[in-house]
Amino acid sequence: MRRAFINQLVELAALDRRILLLTGDLGYMALEPFAERFPDRFWNVGVAEQNMVGIATGLAEAGYIPFVYSIATFATLRPYEFIRHGPVLQHLPVRVVGIGGGFEYGSNGASHHALEDVAVMRAQPGMTVVVPADAHQATAALAATWELPGPVYYRVGKNDHVTVPGLDGRFELGRLQVLSMGSDIALVTMGAISADVLRAADTLRQRGVAATVAVVSSVRPAPLDDLASVLATVAVVMTIEAHYLDGGLGSLVAELIAERGVSCRLLRRAVTSVPSGVTGSEAFYLREHGLSVDAIVGDALAALGLGAPNTEAVAASNGTQA
Amino acid sequence: MPWSDSRQPGMSAELDGRLRRHSDWARRIRLIVLEQSRRAGVGHIGSALSIVDILAALYGGALEIPDPAHPDRDRVILSKGHAALALYAALHVRGWLTRDMLDTYCADGSLLGVHPERVVPGIDFSAGSLGQGLSIGVGAALAARLERSARRTFVILSDAECNEGAVWEAAMFAAHHRLANLVTLVDLNGQQALGYTNEILSLAPLAERWRAFGWDVHEVDGHDGPRLASTIASLDVDEGAPHVLLARTVFGRGVSFMEASIKWHYSSMSEQEYRQALAEIEGLP
Repeated sequence: MRRAFINQLVELAALDRRILLLTGDLGYMALEPFAERFPDRFWNVGVAEQNMVGIATGLAEAGYIPFVYSIATFATLRPYEFIRHGPVLQHLPVRVVGIGGGFEYGSNGASHHALEDVAVMRAQPGMTVVVPADAHQATAALAATWELPGPVYYRVGKNDHVTVPGLDGRFELGRLQVLSMGSDIALVTMGAISADVLRAADTLRQRGVAATVAVVSSVRPAPLDDLASVLATVAVVMTIEAHYLDGGLGSLVAELIAERGVSCRLLRRAVTSVPSGVTGSEAFYLREHGLSVDAIVGDALAALGLGAPNTEAVAASNGTQA
Repeated sequence: MPWSDSRQPGMSAELDGRLRRHSDWARRIRLIVLEQSRRAGVGHIGSALSIVDILAALYGGALEIPDPAHPDRDRVILSKGHAALALYAALHVRGWLTRDMLDTYCADGSLLGVHPERVVPGIDFSAGSLGQGLSIGVGAALAARLERSARRTFVILSDAECNEGAVWEAAMFAAHHRLANLVTLVDLNGQQALGYTNEILSLAPLAERWRAFGWDVHEVDGHDGPRLASTIASLDVDEGAPHVLLARTVFGRGVSFMEASIKWHYSSMSEQEYRQALAEIEGLP
């Protein structure tokens, strides 16, 4: 979805000269449309993410809307304190674009896997956090948020070809996108893994289980009212995210359930263990951490008393508790 | 010891006038630093006193700021944010901060804390976490270039702040992009929180380091206000390398028992110390 995101950014930049783009020396075969069209509004700052965010802060004070671009880990974690003291505490419209959340960088390994980016960005009260699920939604989300007065974090998937059927490019700040309604279980997800969750729901349907599938793309502000309405209709909710367990989507839903007194059981499916060093594809990592389509199906059936739990996920869960 | 290198026998009336004006500004800023830190019982006095003459040179004439909200004003970033009290004092002497506001320093509900916040009129950027100001200054200078504006950006760093790697990321970028409209002033007082810079993490040879990073380096006396101002006025801010003034200063300048004393990074004054400090500043030429 990153190409769609950049293409939308080019369109917006053609209409508004305040839009600037800075990269920390990443974005090969992605940023060229912007760099070629607006060479005077594009900077490769080199491998220096802190400086990139600091520069963006200075540009934003003067009235510009700078986008800073890197792989999601490097865009959020290395310059985190610059983001906090710069755009967040000074209320400036810097946009942090983190590419490839979760395990999307596959065999590049743990250094490239953003597994806590949503948690740390969500912890900042002034930050809008947007996690599109596919290219169409990324386009819509950018169009809806680029001009916000405060800072925004976009966790943008690396894969350009994923489409989440039924999402149809819907995005609204603070709202939930519901893809299907079913009364047995609610599957709540965010980001690029949404397509897998939808596949899991299809499999469940074949097994006679009706699942609600809901996508949280506006993580902050969170769609609290929408979520509460959906959760009120089911006895079991399962959150699925390519992110660590603490502070991400599962935490968000747990907080909501507790604060609103919603009566439903919550299962959080997320990454619960420290990376082992064993590498492989994105699909491999998702399997290893109990986040494959099969694992989601198995866990949902088990939660409803319809089958044995998925052993990988259980092992992962036990790992955290240990 | 002469108060300023510029004070020499037979100097011109014009220079004498500038020097008197600078001394007046500097004395007023120092007195406010003492009064407010005593009233609030807050430290960082030595760090504030070491940049008083730099601030007096900037706000007393070098800066082009028609009013603090003017979009095309020069930008100033006090990256060594712990010296903000001296900046508040300079903004007061300049007429942008009222006495009433100054008297709220560090009180409940005040906008004036130990570190500066952007909500204060005359403060362009918040600060407090060392090592971030130069990057922000680079962005401000880049914005001026995009707008084809002649405005300049001034960043005040502490010497120990140059321990931070991000300072050098920003230094590289500014030199690569020839940001001549960016002026960095390093307050070279030789001290940091827990000791002397040459004992904790040596910065030497600092001038050669900045030069090697592609900057136009000026080694100046950080207490010679008129000469600081004339050095700033002489910089080519239209074209060429970014500029750094390595301003040699004395930590706690003007108060004998604070000068070059590590204790006064954090300590606040007793009544007796306050009286002595006031008397020394009031007795300055």
